[in-house]
Amino acid sequence: MHIAEGFLPPAHAVAWGVASAPFVVHGVRSLTREVREHPESTLLLGASGAFTFVLSALKLPSVTGSCSHPTGTGLGAILFRPPIMAVLGTITLLFQALLLAHGGLTTLGANVFSMAIVGPWAGYGVYRLLRRYAVPLMVAVFFGAFVADLSTYCVTSVQLALAFPDPSSGFLGALAKFGSIFAVTQIPLAVSEGLLTVFVMRLLAQSSKGELSRLGVLVADRKTTTGTEAVAR
Amino acid sequence: MSRNAKINTLLLVIVAALAVLPLALGLGDHKEEPFTGADGEAETAITEIKPDYEPWFSPLYEPPSGEIESALFSLQAALGAGVLAYYFGLHRGRRQGELRALAQRDVRVATAADGASDEPGGSGESGESGESGVSGVSAHERA
Repeated sequence: MHIAEGFLPPAHAVAWGVASAPFVVHGVRSLTREVREHPESTLLLGASGAFTFVLSALKLPSVTGSCSHPTGTGLGAILFRPPIMAVLGTITLLFQALLLAHGGLTTLGANVFSMAIVGPWAGYGVYRLLRRYAVPLMVAVFFGAFVADLSTYCVTSVQLALAFPDPSSGFLGALAKFGSIFAVTQIPLAVSEGLLTVFVMRLLAQSSKGELSRLGVLVADRKTTTGTEAVAR
Repeated sequence: MSRNAKINTLLLVIVAALAVLPLALGLGDHKEEPFTGADGEAETAITEIKPDYEPWFSPLYEPPSGEIESALFSLQAALGAGVLAYYFGLHRGRRQGELRALAQRDVRVATAADGASDEPGGSGESGESGESGVSGVSAHERA
């Protein structure tokens, strides 16, 4: 999903930067508030950022015969809500733009918009929706992470199609072209990301029950367990 | 292996299978260069759509070779994995410490209760009853 340095026309680069900036500023505020009010959550925040670091460095082969990488933004969005991921995702993208020549400074706004804003919000939205309809926690986590990953790549396809409409078939033709490069490649990787996010969430549910309850992830489950405990007594 | 560990292992096995299968089934064989990055393919698609497009900005720093680039990518993954491992290790240690402290407290409470029932009228404080228990054992051994 990294649009390479200089590969968006200046007007598009500026527009995506302007669109992303308020989300990142709002995210920085949410992050500082979270750390000030709950200093004990700093470690879990670090772990969520670390998950994005690991997953976005893993370039995996896919069914289309090309390689792409997961984003790892679903976990943090589910735990801490999407604004925080706008910051953690931007840090990851900056690291890759500055040290790896992967992505770029001129395309940072567009890449932040897809990976650190739309992905986390879409994933979080699906997660909340499923939870509202009493879907089991880990199933909701899987689909949240899956959608966060896949939607990121769909946004990248739209961004490129907007900047480079096909001379004959226009925006839709270009969207089909970029979509087949990004979105189709991404489907099995989004499954992998969903499974890995479930894996980490299961470890967290074991090691950090208190923290997950405070964040509202385990609330419903705790109620049911105390319910069954009460019945057992 | 507990049910929990089995599910976790299964999750990791599926992820590994999803990564290995495209390679094992040769799904990249139809391409001139199999398994290149999707980002690079998008660049190619851009130049196909708009052959005269020239990137107007180049990276401030570019890793001088593929080796350096892969080193930096592994550094990124290693940093993330390190923080995650620290997090889970710390919490596991904390939980074990708590369990141990709880177990010790239970033992102390139990011995205190024993002491209280053995010597009615005794103070029943854990430390004292513990010591008297030990001296009692040694007295038995001497006898």
